[in-house]
Amino acid sequence: MSAQAGHGASVRIEACGKTFADGTRALEPATLEIARGETLVLLGPSGCGKTTMLRIIAGLELPDAGGRVLFDGKDMTAVPIERRNVGMVFQSYALFPNMSVSDNIGYGLKIRGVSKKERAARIAELVALTNISGLENRRIDQLSGGQRQRVALARAVAIRPGLLLLDEPLTALDAALRDRLRGELNRLLRALGITTIYVTHDQSEAMELGDRVVVMQKGKIVQIGTPREIYFTPNSRFVAEFIGAANIVEAAIENGHLVLPGGCQPIDGDANIPAAVAMIRPETIRVMAAESAPLSGIIDSVSFIGDRQRLVVSGVSNRSLTVDAPNTVRAKSGERIGLSISPGAVRLLPPGS
Amino acid sequence: MSHRSFVWLCLLPLAVVTAAFFLLPMARLVVTGAAGPQGLAGYLAILTEPRYRATLLNTVLLATATTIVTLIVATVTGMFLQRHRFPGRAILIAMLTFPLAFPGVVVGFMIILLAGRQGLIGDFSNRVLGEKLVFAYSIYGLFLGYLYFSIPRVILTIMAAVQKLDTGLEEAARSLGASPWAVQRDVVLPALAPAFVASGAIAFATAMGAFGTAFTLATNIDVLPMLIYTEFTLAANFSISAALSVGLGIITWLILALARSFSGSAVAAAG
Repeated sequence: MSAQAGHGASVRIEACGKTFADGTRALEPATLEIARGETLVLLGPSGCGKTTMLRIIAGLELPDAGGRVLFDGKDMTAVPIERRNVGMVFQSYALFPNMSVSDNIGYGLKIRGVSKKERAARIAELVALTNISGLENRRIDQLSGGQRQRVALARAVAIRPGLLLLDEPLTALDAALRDRLRGELNRLLRALGITTIYVTHDQSEAMELGDRVVVMQKGKIVQIGTPREIYFTPNSRFVAEFIGAANIVEAAIENGHLVLPGGCQPIDGDANIPAAVAMIRPETIRVMAAESAPLSGIIDSVSFIGDRQRLVVSGVSNRSLTVDAPNTVRAKSGERIGLSISPGAVRLLPPGS
Repeated sequence: MSHRSFVWLCLLPLAVVTAAFFLLPMARLVVTGAAGPQGLAGYLAILTEPRYRATLLNTVLLATATTIVTLIVATVTGMFLQRHRFPGRAILIAMLTFPLAFPGVVVGFMIILLAGRQGLIGDFSNRVLGEKLVFAYSIYGLFLGYLYFSIPRVILTIMAAVQKLDTGLEEAARSLGASPWAVQRDVVLPALAPAFVASGAIAFATAMGAFGTAFTLATNIDVLPMLIYTEFTLAANFSISAALSVGLGIITWLILALARSFSGSAVAAAG
């Protein structure tokens, strides 16, 4: 397996919707393009349709009439999963309990009629790649959660799939392990360079792993963009609040100033909007002396997190404002505090979103 | 009275009932088996006496065939019923489990109505082939009766096991390129193995020891329970019938233990 960038298939899904037999609409017709070698993350809360979309791409679900799935421009809609050459990692890992670790990894090769010798070589390669040496002959119930995750990935990759599909592969693990494996998975996906679709509800996974992120809500795609675009320029209140922490402030904008109960904050441009909705990330708000600051308010609470401290400040806007201050700033609840927002960091959202 | 002795006192009725109705007759049976003219060797008669040995073989073959065919029919049916929803499904399941309510005598009676001298199959074959097909009074009739008897029990166990199957395993196998047959062979059947052993054991033990159906069909079918009955009531050969009874119990138990350990080690070796 070479580390060259960009192999595998390119994927296009056209007008793929899914209505289940009981009439529930799991997915509104969606169109999406995934480039060769790209890692695309489908992100959203549970029930947003992300897993349904993955299963349609995998071939485990048929899209409603009119929907099409294309790999490298070839229509695959009617091709069942066993002939799509996709590698899939399931949330539960779905490792075969009646087979050893190496038999699990080699299963897809065995089905393809690969000789025993070639199979052993490929298994050894993957065991080394996923860092599970020494576990080859273990039974699945003798593995820890992290080890199972690696075996599942090795098994999916062993068949040299054109497309790698991962359905919440880290959700079943505890928080510390999840963080470590996320970094490891990221390096591995970059090294493989294979087209990957990754489903998760965890925005930090989406940020770290995705070349592009598709944010979904209630069966609809609400925004597609790079992690930076999604974070800095969300196109709706839902995206702003789902990705990272966000203050959503309703205020008037007059001559390029955000007019708030706690003061007047200059922002980019010279717009005049009587009722605007603005998003302000907590880390873009600077703490300063109350007298010289454009905005001021009263500290409601201080939570020390370690690398920073999170202040909740009331009296600045219609709702209390969350501020991430450096961990060296002395702040006590009940005190008056001055705030300033870097002008470019105020993002206006469509009203009513 | 201490808490501990109170608990022991509560166990007393159970101990009495167990001793009176289970252990004592069993001990007596074992003693009687050795009380014949051959003494302890009476126990070996089941293996050494050609007629007994043939009957034992017959019975084991019948029970094995019943178990295998039951497992095949019940697995296919149970899997289908658990995985598909269609109108009339609940009624069909209720019908399939209906035989549970019948004693062996009634099952035997139904086999006679189906395949006996005035049976449906006989009538039908008489019209079509000009020959009356009658097999109710043979070991084939008994086989059919035991199937009828065992399938409902096994279907229910298999359905419960299929419900607990992780469909992710099947999807994973398919994603790796496995055909529907390969999925069954490599994933579904191994996962159902414990259910096969458990429900197969019940089917096997029932077919080894059931008496009512055999007795209703004919008194000259060569199976062990009938042999014990004839030795006991007609030949009044108490010691031999006791020895055969103990032998029937031990052999059934042995075969079940063997099947369990074999399937257990097979699962461990594969897994």
